[in-house]
Amino acid sequence: MSDLTTARFVNIGERTNVTGSARFKKLILADDYNAAVEVARQQVENGAQVIDVNMDEGLLDAERAMTTFLKLIAAEPDIARVPVMVDSSKWEVIEAGIKCVSGKPIVNSISMKEGEDQFLEQARKCMDYGAAVVVMAFDESGQADTKDRKVEICTRAYQLLTSIGFPAEDIIFDPNIFAVATGIDEHDRYGLDFIEAVAEIKAACPHAKTSGGLSNLSFSFRGNETVRRAMHSVFLYHAIPAGLDMAIVNAGQLDVYDQIDPTLREACEDVILMRRPDATERLIDLAESYKGKSAADEKAAEEWRGWEVKKRLEHALVKGIDAHVVADTEETRELVAASGGRPIEVIEGPLMDGMNVVGDLFGSGKMFLPQVVKSARVMKKAVAHLIPFIEAEKDLLPEAERKAKGKIVMATVKGDVHDIGKNIVGVVLQCNGYDVIDLGVMVPWSKILETAREEKADMIGLSGLITPSLDEMVTVAEEMQTAGMDMPLLIGGATTSKVHTALRIDPAYEGPVIHVLDASRAVGVASRLLSDTQRDQFVETTASDYSHVRDARAGKGQSVLLSIEDARANYYDAFLSDKAAPPLKPGVHVFDDWSLADLRDYIDWTPFFRAWELHGNYPAILKDEVVGETATQLFADANEMLDRIVNEKWLTAKGVVGFWPCARDGDDVTLHLDDRDDVVLPFLRQQVKKSRDRANMCLADFIDPAGDWMGGFAVGIHGIDEHSKRFLEDKDDYSDILLKALADRFAEAFAERLHQHVRTDLWGYAPHEQLTNEALIKEEYRGIRPAPGYPACPDHSLKPILFDLLDVPGNAGLTLTENFAMWPTAAVSGFYFGHPEAQYFGVARIGRDQLEDYAQRRGVDMATAERWLRPNLD
Amino acid sequence: MSKRTEFAEAASQRILIKDGPYGTEIQRAKLAPEDYAGDTGLTADQKGNNDLVNLTQPQVIRRICDSYIEAGAHILATNTFNANRISQADYDAEHLVHEINVSAARIIREAIDAAIAKDGIPRFVAGAMGPTNKTLSLSPDVEDPGFREVTYDEIVAVYVEQARGLIEGGADFILIETVFDTLNCKAAIMAIKQLERELGQDIPIMISLTLTDLSGRNLSGHTVEAFWYTVRHAKPLTMGLNCSFGAEQLRPHVQILSDIADTYLMAYPNAGLPNDLGEYDELPETTASLTKVWADNGRINALGGCCGSTPAHIAAMAKAVDGIAPRKLPTVDPDMRLAGLEPFTIAA
Repeated sequence: MSDLTTARFVNIGERTNVTGSARFKKLILADDYNAAVEVARQQVENGAQVIDVNMDEGLLDAERAMTTFLKLIAAEPDIARVPVMVDSSKWEVIEAGIKCVSGKPIVNSISMKEGEDQFLEQARKCMDYGAAVVVMAFDESGQADTKDRKVEICTRAYQLLTSIGFPAEDIIFDPNIFAVATGIDEHDRYGLDFIEAVAEIKAACPHAKTSGGLSNLSFSFRGNETVRRAMHSVFLYHAIPAGLDMAIVNAGQLDVYDQIDPTLREACEDVILMRRPDATERLIDLAESYKGKSAADEKAAEEWRGWEVKKRLEHALVKGIDAHVVADTEETRELVAASGGRPIEVIEGPLMDGMNVVGDLFGSGKMFLPQVVKSARVMKKAVAHLIPFIEAEKDLLPEAERKAKGKIVMATVKGDVHDIGKNIVGVVLQCNGYDVIDLGVMVPWSKILETAREEKADMIGLSGLITPSLDEMVTVAEEMQTAGMDMPLLIGGATTSKVHTALRIDPAYEGPVIHVLDASRAVGVASRLLSDTQRDQFVETTASDYSHVRDARAGKGQSVLLSIEDARANYYDAFLSDKAAPPLKPGVHVFDDWSLADLRDYIDWTPFFRAWELHGNYPAILKDEVVGETATQLFADANEMLDRIVNEKWLTAKGVVGFWPCARDGDDVTLHLDDRDDVVLPFLRQQVKKSRDRANMCLADFIDPAGDWMGGFAVGIHGIDEHSKRFLEDKDDYSDILLKALADRFAEAFAERLHQHVRTDLWGYAPHEQLTNEALIKEEYRGIRPAPGYPACPDHSLKPILFDLLDVPGNAGLTLTENFAMWPTAAVSGFYFGHPEAQYFGVARIGRDQLEDYAQRRGVDMATAERWLRPNLD
Repeated sequence: MSKRTEFAEAASQRILIKDGPYGTEIQRAKLAPEDYAGDTGLTADQKGNNDLVNLTQPQVIRRICDSYIEAGAHILATNTFNANRISQADYDAEHLVHEINVSAARIIREAIDAAIAKDGIPRFVAGAMGPTNKTLSLSPDVEDPGFREVTYDEIVAVYVEQARGLIEGGADFILIETVFDTLNCKAAIMAIKQLERELGQDIPIMISLTLTDLSGRNLSGHTVEAFWYTVRHAKPLTMGLNCSFGAEQLRPHVQILSDIADTYLMAYPNAGLPNDLGEYDELPETTASLTKVWADNGRINALGGCCGSTPAHIAAMAKAVDGIAPRKLPTVDPDMRLAGLEPFTIAA
């Protein structure tokens, strides 16, 4: 990332300078600061790396204008991200300005105009404020015009500054760019003098920088933009190699040197470098410029392609490069065949050798999941190429020859459709030589057990993401017990935990039960379970570990629960008169094809990396010393796929939003609907005893009993199946998992984007909200959108009510499984609360009293309520 | 030998240990409201005014300080997080700010002088200045983004007053800690510069940033790198991070800072993330093993604890990093390093 923020030459934006921009001056004089802030924003968007702010205008209170403007842009993260240059000829204005700037700014400028004492006094202050400084080539006797004067003043200033400890790298000299081609002979040298002075100043003043205000140069060509642009570009072309580090310039007002019409370019060069006496006249005669064509980059030759073929295969496997793998595999097969060998030997030899290297690197933490999945893709392609040759060998017994390390039946349990994690584990196990039978998603226990028996599997792996899946896993364990099985049962997935496994699943099944925290542990667990020497001890240690967990749980005093009455008495007392006004656009709104390009900007990348078991936060993770390289590659691959998803329209984002008048009634919220009976949404309340004044919250607390509004939404990303199928046919698990992970990110981004649209437009309670994506991810907005099945609203079974209210199947194409998982899986649904005090919280543990009360309010029996809320019961 | 040099010598030999928080330890002393107020004559309720305890119950502070010394701490901070005019206004105790700071520094000075007299191990008093509860970078009024509750000059004056008391009481350094607003920190630096001139002495500064979100920015929006470039002119004795999150989440940010800060790096994370009840339950051994990773990777010069840490955590950290070489200071190119919310470097 440093590369993006490190510059060799810096364009300083000049549009927020009243002396440089007539438009900006007009806005400031009219006190139209909102529009003035937009000028700054545009400038940064157009690539200004530093923005110069100048309010030196006779009709203005410059100090007030400067501080007002700087405080306003400080509140705009997309402007404030770049450094500010506080520009004034009055020291008081500069000082007032830098007191408002929170990064490290540049002061523009100080000089020796009023003598050394004042110069050094101001320089000391800049040091104390922590600012870099522009020093004008100006002394007691005036502004430097000739090269010698420029050099003399700057070197003198440099010596003075460094003698008081001013850091040399924080000094920028501005040796004055003056207008050339004015018709006055003495002005002809000004351009060349500046360029030559820069070179000498840089040599005499180590680490100091140089700068100049470029627009002066072409002053005599006002109105002739083509010539001005060409002059500026030609000037910089020669000044930058001489050592010019930055210039105050309108970034949009520069041409690429190579693209300037050669005739015009030469004429400008003649003027600036003073190459012929009639240069000015010749330049005045020219007016037009042409557009050129950009040069194409050449690709570097890939050195490794020259290696011998086995080495190439290993390299391709370790690096996950699939471009040449079929050709290289074929070359190896021919080599093996020529020496009388069989196709299977290509797999057993070079390919397995390569995969062993991958396995070792992964095992020792030198390779990470995304790379391993890519390696698997290369391996699968190579094997797919060889299979026809292997099958053509009638006499061969591949089954017996190719003995897998072990056979694992894997499934996402009934009622659940999430499979990214399971697929990753499957790939990792396959990479390590295990035979994986993947039964897919929504697999009933009967099929899991039947397959495990028929295939003589060594173990079963279960996966799930939503909380009801935890119960389903217990069911599978119980059925395995009933069936008298004894093979190990592996448990994994986002909502699973060691504690749940120990408390609920392990006691249900006498065979070994192991919770696998993440994919990187899967191989270790599997290999120990299949090891003659390690198995018993591993099983025993795990069992005793789980038994400890149970004991600790039973013995330990859990957090104290209030009675539900007491918890209700300690409800969150929101200031109800602050409630949001009724929606500007009530009713149901359907979006059947939201722009993916728009959603792309709203993606929160950190969870994406987490899905790949890369820990750290975006964007810092790209530079992480442990996983940075992998993360960067993964990010590049993701963006490449995003380009295709967006440009080729692989996916469709569908969503629906609705708002309903409602009122709080205890812990219920009753929705009053036009065309049908009232609908009651029962919510759960925190019951854990709180310290100090903290309330026992319930979502209903954010709704006014006297009448209020709430909303709901569902969004889904459609269309992955076709592409997923293509990837799997192409043995490309990496792209398949990448696509699914990106679809999930799109769903989350859509939920975020739609919520913003709701706040600013549909409900419209925050019409002026302007937040960056970062601020959105941090949820710095007003209102919340809790989802059923998540901490504030842990009951997944509210989803059918929400789906019915919004006709989600019809309007957004989403359906629910029997355990309330959404299909397609890249989907988000939830409720909208608009009260400014509405906040997320976790319901956490609840008591039997609330459970009974809730069962009654929901109209279900205790057993059902218990099943739905199991994770909140202990 | 100046304290700056003395610190550098100690820091070149070992990873130094900083103490942990005072708040929770004071709570454990279960003081009554009248104990807080003592004989100050303050009529407002002083319960929870932990800074006032320096004045009214010095023995409590001394006991906590001794427990951190016993745990192996070399850098002992004063209990003065809120001992500034702005925060004390909440207790109507602004007029006591100077006295509180003098007393706070004196307690720690006496405690460590006694310890040094016994074993000769170098230890230092860090006069701690918290962020105040006012921010110079942000408007508290969403409708008026240009509004500020306080001015730069006011914050400078607030810090001059506090630092003057701390130095008078015997602080070796001023620790500007838990910085959530970068401009407040710049004002604090300016205050120290002014005080240095007023007193005619060098006052080494320690700076400790706090991050408010996992992406690694503080409340005013500055990245770790941008923050460092912004405060580098203070030539701080130590630069680092505190509070924020637990050591696990802080790791990538310590790494970033370690690569770029050409000064000693001090970090004192919370004892993990709070649980559902807002309590910290990370065990001392866990914190110690997480922070040991920093030491093993050569990322740290000084290590301590923030929220949720106890003397046991400090002792465990001290034990874990004992004998591990301290981080070597990086040499950085003399590039021009500017910052908005994000860093911007112009190569030499």
